[in-house]
Amino acid sequence: MTTATASHDDHHHGPEKGLMRWVKTTNHKDIGSLYLWFAFTMLLVGGAMAMAIRMELFQPGLQLMDPHFFNQLTTMHGLIMVFGAIMPAFVGLANWLIPMMVGAPDMALPRMNNWSFWILPFAGGILLSTFFMDGGAPAFGWTFYAPLSTTFAPDSTDFFIFAVHLLGFSSIMGSINIIATVLNMRAPEMKLMDMPLFVWTWLITSFLLIGAMPVLAGAVTMMLTDRNFGTAFFDATGGGDPVMFQHIFWFFGHPEVYIMILPAFGVISHIIPTFARKPLFGYSSMVYATASIAFLSYIVWAHHMFLTGMPVAGELYFMYATMMIAVPTGVKVFNWIATMWKGSMTFEAPMLWAISFVFLFTIGGFSGLMLGIAPADIQYHDTYFVVAHFHYVLVTGALWSIIAATLYWLPKWTGKMYNEKLAKIHFWWAAISVNVLFFPQHFLGLAGMPRRIPDYALQFADFNVISSIGGFAFGASFILLTYIVVDCIRNGKPCDARPWEGAKGLEWTLDAKAEYHSFNKPPSRELILQESQHS
Amino acid sequence: MVITTSINFFGGFMKRITAYIGALFGMVSTNAFAEYSLNMTEGVTSVSRDIYDLHMMVFWVCVAIAVVVFAAMFYSVFTHRKSRGAKAANFHESTTVEFLWTGIPILILIAMAIPASKTLIDLENTDSAEMEIKITGHQWKWQYDYPEEGISFISNLKQSSKDVINGSDEDRNKTNQKDAYLLSVDKPLVLPVDTSIRFLVTSSDVIHDWWVPDFGVKQDANPGFINDAWAKIDEVGTYRGQCAELCGKDHGFMPIVVEVVSKADYQVWVNEQQQAAESAAASATKTWSEEELREQGESVYNTNCAGCHKKDGSGMVPVFPAIKGSEIANGPAADHMKIVLHGKGGMPAFKMLGDADLASVISYERIAFGNTGGVVQPSDVKSAR
Repeated sequence: MTTATASHDDHHHGPEKGLMRWVKTTNHKDIGSLYLWFAFTMLLVGGAMAMAIRMELFQPGLQLMDPHFFNQLTTMHGLIMVFGAIMPAFVGLANWLIPMMVGAPDMALPRMNNWSFWILPFAGGILLSTFFMDGGAPAFGWTFYAPLSTTFAPDSTDFFIFAVHLLGFSSIMGSINIIATVLNMRAPEMKLMDMPLFVWTWLITSFLLIGAMPVLAGAVTMMLTDRNFGTAFFDATGGGDPVMFQHIFWFFGHPEVYIMILPAFGVISHIIPTFARKPLFGYSSMVYATASIAFLSYIVWAHHMFLTGMPVAGELYFMYATMMIAVPTGVKVFNWIATMWKGSMTFEAPMLWAISFVFLFTIGGFSGLMLGIAPADIQYHDTYFVVAHFHYVLVTGALWSIIAATLYWLPKWTGKMYNEKLAKIHFWWAAISVNVLFFPQHFLGLAGMPRRIPDYALQFADFNVISSIGGFAFGASFILLTYIVVDCIRNGKPCDARPWEGAKGLEWTLDAKAEYHSFNKPPSRELILQESQHS
Repeated sequence: MVITTSINFFGGFMKRITAYIGALFGMVSTNAFAEYSLNMTEGVTSVSRDIYDLHMMVFWVCVAIAVVVFAAMFYSVFTHRKSRGAKAANFHESTTVEFLWTGIPILILIAMAIPASKTLIDLENTDSAEMEIKITGHQWKWQYDYPEEGISFISNLKQSSKDVINGSDEDRNKTNQKDAYLLSVDKPLVLPVDTSIRFLVTSSDVIHDWWVPDFGVKQDANPGFINDAWAKIDEVGTYRGQCAELCGKDHGFMPIVVEVVSKADYQVWVNEQQQAAESAAASATKTWSEEELREQGESVYNTNCAGCHKKDGSGMVPVFPAIKGSEIANGPAADHMKIVLHGKGGMPAFKMLGDADLASVISYERIAFGNTGGVVQPSDVKSAR
């Protein structure tokens, strides 16, 4: 400890000591870490539910639980993974990275930043506490279609509604903060088209969040009044319409799935150029493609509802609009491959995750295109084909990019290098088991197995047992990931400020372990251009 | 209890793993498992065949694109690597290729959209139907109404499946084709072959979805609204399906079985049903003895109530209350009839059952399990409606 005068003169003072540091912190790096640890905890909680689901589905018959509890598990697994794991993990990455990438000292609204994080553990706690209430947790699926979620739902649904409201507050505040940071705190010399792709994708994602989350809040508020105050928004006996619930839900829900994938596109657009030692191909087309996907995501929601009895004109429109999404998404994939083309590639763990992201996410994209074909969706809808599809885009898409980002930027966060050998073992373990887990589910769906059932006919037994074995192996891989990250933080070898040979970006110009307060002076135009993705 | 369950479970686990490892090396046959399929069914209607063709077309287009794209990617991964001495180029823009890989996918998509639109317009057009079937989803069973013929009945999961849900693998493997596990019902929907049929689909409680893959028909059943779909079935046979929309606890246990018969056989069946309906109507007006009520009540109870309240009336506290010793089953009959007819919270309404069935099941609940509530007659139920 230096003398009091010295530390007061020094504006680069470090964090507060003890536990209160984390409660009171307004530092974007601290809050980023909080978000990431929270998301990881929720990933393990949601993952434990998935393990229980796969155990019950290991063989036909009911072995471990009654169907009502099974429904609670599938519902909570979905909610926890979407709202507790994937979304907070991306906000955590945004907190850590965006100020460093745009040369800002911190987020624009640091106190609100603290609040938007600290809402989350309470919302998550309320959501999980419903398991211990009379009648059990919500058991109507993460899409909570009325009237199953209104007239026919357990009492704990009101707690679920409150938790969703809280999660919405948190997301909206988080996205306002990101927009304000990117637009107002960016280094004065950095033009919009100089911004790294991760910043671009998050800026666009923030607008999706601000547009979509209030709609979700509206949907759950209408549920609340239907349940408790005698309204009948979704009750046909009172003149309402249960299908209206689905329109409102998916008007939120479809942008939501892009909220979970656009930042992933950003992450991959950093990692591939680094390890190909070549600038990102088609920087501006990547930005425009992201914006097009975001726009399209608002006008395709009813492709989740082809079987609700929509008029044929509606079905045709939503089919065409949905198919259009393949175009900008394809552009992204082609650009990534063109970035690799004639590069000088090495295959450190983050690159392995990024390449397998491109491969596996594209498989998820193909099944998505198939699902978009309205007549074929008649046979796919609500089967395991859909389950396989969205796990390919969310697990081997969104989650893959989060793991890739964690390994890629971990040296910058800790000043230390993780164990590359273990990280490679972990990658192959996870990449193989995840395919054993989800690929057979395509076959199950095509053969006619509906989703969300605790027990199944005997012809589905073979692929379910394979899927479960893959699931257990994939679940176990997270023990190794935990070890790799903790081992890096505790015992990692100190690394250089730019540990990856081909890495570009302002964050790599900071110390090996980024200073607690970075970019108190904005970077120069020269430095920005030198570190930009398109030079 | 928990220990035995887990022993059974892990016993099954080990057996299955052994079977799989065996099957991998071709040493042990896996005849215990029913046949599986990898792909969508072609089905037995023009719509299901169109859907199948569309599915295969889009699938092969995806495969072709995947081959080209992934070949380029893996070629690059294997060739342009530092360890092989590859030097990084510096190109990072080309309007020409961006234009190409935006334009070509658009053309491919248009080529897919044309047949897809045709099929969609065809399958949504139910105008040429020769007969109608009304399908009503209930938690957790299907009701079929033939409006022209005046036939109406409920179709439940067959008892032979219910008996082995909590049983061993052997028990379930014993179920034969006729008793297909979880895919057989006590009373199937019977339809004539080569007849264009319009299905009117609705629900009495939550959203269900009536799905028979072989017909290419999957239609949401929305409470308060009627959706339609159609099928003209080309082949006589038994076709099975399931509810496809999560509808609560027993969503996985409300199968659909359709017996498609020749037009002559269909007429015979219709006549039988009409006669049966007449005699049922007659029995609803007579006064039943306690023994008759108990006997019929037990079977109605096991079909409709035992899923939650259990065969011995003990329920699954605290979610599903016990009937045994309950205040309702031992209190005034009017309250008991009200809750069975109209439901309450998680308890579905059962007003779609006939007066005789309802009277017998309510009586059974009031006199079985040591309860002392006393019996009710079909006429009581009729006036309580």
